[in-house]
Amino acid sequence: MIADEPGLNVRATIAIGPRVLLSDLSFRIPPGKILTLTGESGAGKSSLIGFICGALDPAFTVQGQVYLNGRCLDPLPIERRRVGVLYQDDLLFAHLSVAENLAFAVPQGISRTERRRRVEAALDEAELSGFGPRDPATLSGGQKARVALMRALLAEPEALLLDEPFSKLDPELRARVREFTFATIRKRGLPTLLVTHHDDDATDDRLHLDGQAVGTGTSRKVS
Amino acid sequence: MRDRLFGAAPTLTLTIFLAPVAIGLIGTLAPAFGFHPALGLTTLSLEPWRQVLDDPALPAALKLSLGVGFGSTIAAVLIAFGLCAGLHHRRGLSRVRALLAPALAFPHAAFAIGLAFLLSPSGWIARAVSPGLTGWTQPPDLLIVNDPHGLALLIALTLKEALFLILMILAALGQVEAEPSLRAARSLGYGPVRAWLIVLAPRVYAQVRLPIYAVLAASLAVVDMALILGPSAPPPLAPLILSWATSFETTDQTKAAAGAVLQLLVVAAAIGLWRSAEILISRLTRTWLTSGHRSGTVDAAVRVIGLIGTALALGLSAASALGLLVWSLARSWSWPFALPTGWSLEAWRVAWPGLLSLATDTVVVALASALIALVLVIACLEAEDARGRPPGRGVTWLLYAPLLLPQIGFLFGIQVLWSALRLDGGLSAVTWTHLLFVLPYVFLALSDPFRALDPRLARTSRSLGASRLATLLQIKLPLLVRPVLTALAIGFAVSVSLYLPTIFAGAGRVETLATEAVALASGGDRRQSGVVAFTQTALPFIVLGLALALPALMARNRQGLRA
Repeated sequence: MIADEPGLNVRATIAIGPRVLLSDLSFRIPPGKILTLTGESGAGKSSLIGFICGALDPAFTVQGQVYLNGRCLDPLPIERRRVGVLYQDDLLFAHLSVAENLAFAVPQGISRTERRRRVEAALDEAELSGFGPRDPATLSGGQKARVALMRALLAEPEALLLDEPFSKLDPELRARVREFTFATIRKRGLPTLLVTHHDDDATDDRLHLDGQAVGTGTSRKVS
Repeated sequence: MRDRLFGAAPTLTLTIFLAPVAIGLIGTLAPAFGFHPALGLTTLSLEPWRQVLDDPALPAALKLSLGVGFGSTIAAVLIAFGLCAGLHHRRGLSRVRALLAPALAFPHAAFAIGLAFLLSPSGWIARAVSPGLTGWTQPPDLLIVNDPHGLALLIALTLKEALFLILMILAALGQVEAEPSLRAARSLGYGPVRAWLIVLAPRVYAQVRLPIYAVLAASLAVVDMALILGPSAPPPLAPLILSWATSFETTDQTKAAAGAVLQLLVVAAAIGLWRSAEILISRLTRTWLTSGHRSGTVDAAVRVIGLIGTALALGLSAASALGLLVWSLARSWSWPFALPTGWSLEAWRVAWPGLLSLATDTVVVALASALIALVLVIACLEAEDARGRPPGRGVTWLLYAPLLLPQIGFLFGIQVLWSALRLDGGLSAVTWTHLLFVLPYVFLALSDPFRALDPRLARTSRSLGASRLATLLQIKLPLLVRPVLTALAIGFAVSVSLYLPTIFAGAGRVETLATEAVALASGGDRRQSGVVAFTQTALPFIVLGLALALPALMARNRQGLRA
């Protein structure tokens, strides 16, 4: 693993008790690229996401490192890693309006006017202008997914982790949200890891985990 | 740094929480064996035990406590399990659930006073059926309340504790995948009640074992309700010990300490006996569980016990609260009229100056102890989240310690601690002592909803740059506002109902509505008693009402927050 290269560099061996989920998995995702991670349930996909973003259950034992644009993330808590995460549920905060959900993500130290401008810009980009005061529960599935993506981006992440973010959407909506998400990610130049079970969602760059298939020394560079 | 602060929360909480209990136990044990330097007793002796064992009231008091303790706990368990088994598949259970919180907020002493108003020979029930059905032209000469066998006390404890156990069972059902298990059993041809009893009852029982032991311990050592509804010659064991502890005879202090240790031993033995019975019943019913019977008369009996018991508990609670209010407003109420013949605010006017001071102290102590408990519990739950695993069984037992130990067993010794710290007789000592009993209930009320909150919400918040503390304050707590406020209200209600802890920690200088209500109950003025007991009842109701109304108000524009 070349830690200094731009993008997301990961090397990991993850085990729970005596069971090794991932053995010496290694890959690099350059800026603007999306690596699709597939595999059976229990193969370690969500554990890998947890490891990269710094939220892995302490019950797991891990050996490895995560470098993001030359920065080692291992000692950092989740909030200082600058890695955005999207799950299959939108996880919009139910007690906040759409605009408040977005404003929550804007980094601190930014003036109120600028925060408002960024929120409005995000709403425009998601084609949700005027939706700011709305209750998140009143949005459609596709609208919620777009708000969740824009919220993640407003935090100015340097990488994104997508844990089956389209799986709860119907096929037509899924295609539209997927296109919007991928285009936005590429425009921002973010290295992105996408976990999915759906072939339709997968990008050309793929890594398949089947528990044992990722053997020692398996390495992948997405170019 | 902040994460480390959360990490220290469980140790800090257990120290604040258990140190007084441990010191209290030592402070009770030492004088029980004759060591009480303040009284000039510096050598160990068995004299206090000889005094206790020689007391002529002891055998009857012990027998009474065991009968009331075991009888009410068995009945409460039967009612609670009967109701949940009988109503699980029906809509009635959600109605009962909605009524539980207000019924549980009813302070024990006020409930006992209200029940005495209902059950006594000149009470509401006798008035309602006299002289038409009974032919009584004057109150009959019957010893219904304060009866020598403690039946009135047994009934009151049964009804009060059954409601608590129903709440505990309903919470436990959420942890045992109840619906899929029931569906599976019913698809195999089992009737709804039988399916519940076979598939869920054993698992639910394991979840509510500690609350059941707490109920047994409380029933064996109850003081406030025993003073109001129980017999006085002799009283049950705990009130007998209290009479020694509050005696002016200095030798009675060591005797009371020995009595408190005896009470501890009685409760420990009773819990051991109960556990043995659990194992025996579990073995005996194993054949029944796999006998293949899909339904039977047992099912109907279980349902009837549950329904009647719960209806009585809820109905008598409501009637008792109403009775307190009516008596407080009665100017004249002669036999056998069902309602006062004259109404007046005179009792409230007379009581007002003292009532205001009592209510203020009660609210200050209750709010302070509930808020401190809430902060500690939230910090502990957040530490648990950071650690990634719940506390072990041992910590749970420690948390329950003040509920499993008879109050008098360690409150006697806590007095010594507060006295050494020069805190005795002050609001801070009373608040700290209340915290020991408030905290377990706040933990019980908040832990499940806190643990059930989708962990990805916090993870998302933190991935957006928010710290653990900011995530807790800005995301988790607003999302959990309903259970947080409900836990606060439950803590408040527990504190308002505490009698014995106030007596001991207050050293007679701090009076609350609970101590005043019990003191007035033995007097003859039902109007004054009604005023104080109704106020004691109203305070937790108001706080609970606010705890339910505020989240609803906050969620009026947020569909996702509505339960």
